Amino acid sequence: MGADTMTHKGQPSGGGAMVMMALWGLLALLAITLGAKAVDTPYAIHMFIFALAAILALIFKARSFGKPAPDTSGYMDDVVRYGAIATVFWGVVGFLVGLVIALQLAYPAWNPNLEWFNFGRLRPLHTSAVIFAFGGNALLCTSFYVVQRTNRTRLALGNLAWFVFWGYQLFIVLAATGYLLGVTEGREYAEPEWYIDLWITVVWVAYFLVFFGTLLKRKESHIYVANWFYLSFIVTIAMLHIVNNLSIPVSVFGSKSYSLFSGVQDALTQWWYGHNAVGFFLTAGFLGMMYFFIPKRANRPVYSYRLSIVHFWSLIFLYIWAGPHHLHYTALPDWAQTLGMVFSIMLWMPSWGGMINGLMTLSGAWDKLRTDPVLRMMVISVAFYGMSTFEGPMMSIKAVNSLSHYTDWTIGHVHSGALGWVGMISMGCMYHLIPRLYGQKEVYSLRLVSWHVWLATLGIVVYASAMWVSGIMQGLMWREYDANGFLAYSFVETVEAMHPYYVIRAFGGALFLVGGLIMVYNLYRTIKGAQPVTQPVGAISAAA
Amino acid sequence: MAHHIEKDEVSGTQTTGHTWDGIKELNTPLPKWWLYTFYGCVIWAIGYTVLYPAWPLPGGATPGILGWSSRGQLAQQMEVAAAAQKDTVDKIAAMSVDDILKDPKLLAYAQAGGAAAFKVNCVQCHGAGAAGGAGYPNLNDDDWLWGGTPDAIYTTLKHGIRYTDDPETRDSQMPNFGIDGILTPEQIDQVANYVVSLSGEQADAGKAEAGKQIFAENCASCHGDDGKGNRDFGAPNLTDKLWLYGGSIEQVKAQINKPRMGVMPAWTKRLDDAEIKELAIYVHSLGGGEAPVTQ
Repeated sequence: MGADTMTHKGQPSGGGAMVMMALWGLLALLAITLGAKAVDTPYAIHMFIFALAAILALIFKARSFGKPAPDTSGYMDDVVRYGAIATVFWGVVGFLVGLVIALQLAYPAWNPNLEWFNFGRLRPLHTSAVIFAFGGNALLCTSFYVVQRTNRTRLALGNLAWFVFWGYQLFIVLAATGYLLGVTEGREYAEPEWYIDLWITVVWVAYFLVFFGTLLKRKESHIYVANWFYLSFIVTIAMLHIVNNLSIPVSVFGSKSYSLFSGVQDALTQWWYGHNAVGFFLTAGFLGMMYFFIPKRANRPVYSYRLSIVHFWSLIFLYIWAGPHHLHYTALPDWAQTLGMVFSIMLWMPSWGGMINGLMTLSGAWDKLRTDPVLRMMVISVAFYGMSTFEGPMMSIKAVNSLSHYTDWTIGHVHSGALGWVGMISMGCMYHLIPRLYGQKEVYSLRLVSWHVWLATLGIVVYASAMWVSGIMQGLMWREYDANGFLAYSFVETVEAMHPYYVIRAFGGALFLVGGLIMVYNLYRTIKGAQPVTQPVGAISAAA
Repeated sequence: MAHHIEKDEVSGTQTTGHTWDGIKELNTPLPKWWLYTFYGCVIWAIGYTVLYPAWPLPGGATPGILGWSSRGQLAQQMEVAAAAQKDTVDKIAAMSVDDILKDPKLLAYAQAGGAAAFKVNCVQCHGAGAAGGAGYPNLNDDDWLWGGTPDAIYTTLKHGIRYTDDPETRDSQMPNFGIDGILTPEQIDQVANYVVSLSGEQADAGKAEAGKQIFAENCASCHGDDGKGNRDFGAPNLTDKLWLYGGSIEQVKAQINKPRMGVMPAWTKRLDDAEIKELAIYVHSLGGGEAPVTQ
């Protein structure tokens, strides 16, 4: 393990490493046994992948014998570097799959005659790739970067952070291959089956231990606001994940399981999870990012400490109750629908508190938006955050929801938040972070960043407006009656009418993807030939 | 870091005195508009929960002083919609299909209602334009299996075709001439050529000639001596070049060998009598409807 388990300087502990190797060997054996007795093929494939990963971990451990222990005096930035590259990689993969399924919707012939690649299986692949693979890696690597610098201490618990990183990638691979093979719990944004859920629980607890352990050994008396948000995200996601995924496997040798909940309780549990995946994964975690990287990039103090306290506590208190607004006008009792709606309305200002703090931190530095496209990207993302956190409470109002629910408007709303807020803040942070992790003053080409910013912004605007028009049209067509009181349109006529907007949406997505590819090239050129740099603990990281 | 409160030059606001990795925080008070909007939302939320069902308590949630419920709202809206249509619907329910056709106002209403019902219930098989498809009759033409008068269409809709749950359903069965060994493959080939020749299509003249006798013995009882069909049995007219299951020799042979026979549900299970009449009138109006039988 790390510095704590070293018996004497320069030599890794033989005992600790032996225990770890035995553990990985046992896990590999367990996976092989489960795979050999598997009752369905996907489960066998997954156990094989799992065994392979455990054997690789074992080999890696074995090869470290006799080698000098790495220098652990500086910040632990290797894992941040890996995470940043994984973020960029999974981001582009997720955008690409998104474009493919947008085309499948516009042109059904794009659904091949192979069950692995039809819309039904690629759609969760897209959502999980962008939320958990792209967003998740962005959160992992930035939280590891930020928690070390704002607490002036190296990550706690030795190499556990590496376990978190690789364990998380294994989760992504299992989830993604599972979707294509048809392994799903059928719970939106929580599709992976029980054994993948168990694995990510172990990884997540390790993540919590590393993050919380680092906070415990901090050298600052106060905990910086970014860390409050990261910590609330880590803790709440653990709770949501465990409760929503409570289920009984049909067999320990098979992939299928059944939820512990049924009926409307099941629906409410799912949307309590689903909405807070938005609230804590896609909001709180990324606000943590914003609170570090925007003041850093703008080189200005955070606008208001008091606002950060009030909006943090009001946000996390109110978010957790808003889930029922996903179930308006359903079998969910009226009282629960009412509460879901009013908590969503109360959430408006707490959300905007984050936007105000992000934007107003630029006071005195607005001129930098002209010259610094990275900062521009971050600011546009905060603007999209503000827009979607106004749109969300508005759509939770029952009268509005009766029009918007089940329509493309929801898809547009999600994407202005996901592409605009989550995507742009993450990519902005990568543009700031990656050159600094490799000892470069700045990214290879700011001009290309500028291209990326405008392509992405245009893509989102095209995407969201197409979905607004399509969604509102769809909702109006569903409820239109003629003079005699008969429904004016059949369902298929509404689908036909949406076709042009589906084409426009795919075009918007393509612009966003092209921006992403430009980013890959730009970042590749940035780190090509550059050496990873380890920052000494306590050294202040460079601003823009 | 030592606490060092300083004044920010740009904003004139003091910092909190903390520094993290070079990042400082200003001690700016909460923006007033932000705070009051937040309070406003909270007050509005509390007010809303007083008016509407909200707080779960032992024995049930508070119902709200407006007495509103989503089921109540639905029932009320359905009542208003039903009341607006009641007079017309009552008339349609009480009248025969033929009589509705004579009243221009009722006819227009029935056609609109039938069109709406068709979009929801019928397009899945008969297509959005009612043009049908392989195995599903085209409703726009004048080739009717069970009759094209308004009343015949109404009866077909009401009781369905070969729909076992309805004792009055339209029913008939063509024998499995091939797989049950009634005819030899050679005979089937001959009769198929004859059937195809009836509509003037290309067929083997020799086989067709041989098939003529087989047709008279096996098929004419339902399809008629001249092959023009019989609507009492839903037996198709074989002379009009319109084919439900295809008109090639091979397709006709397959149909004789092991016939496919369409099923349509009896719509009384799903629609009320007035709606079925409206549908009948709509289908009748599509182009091929036949004049009512005058008594």
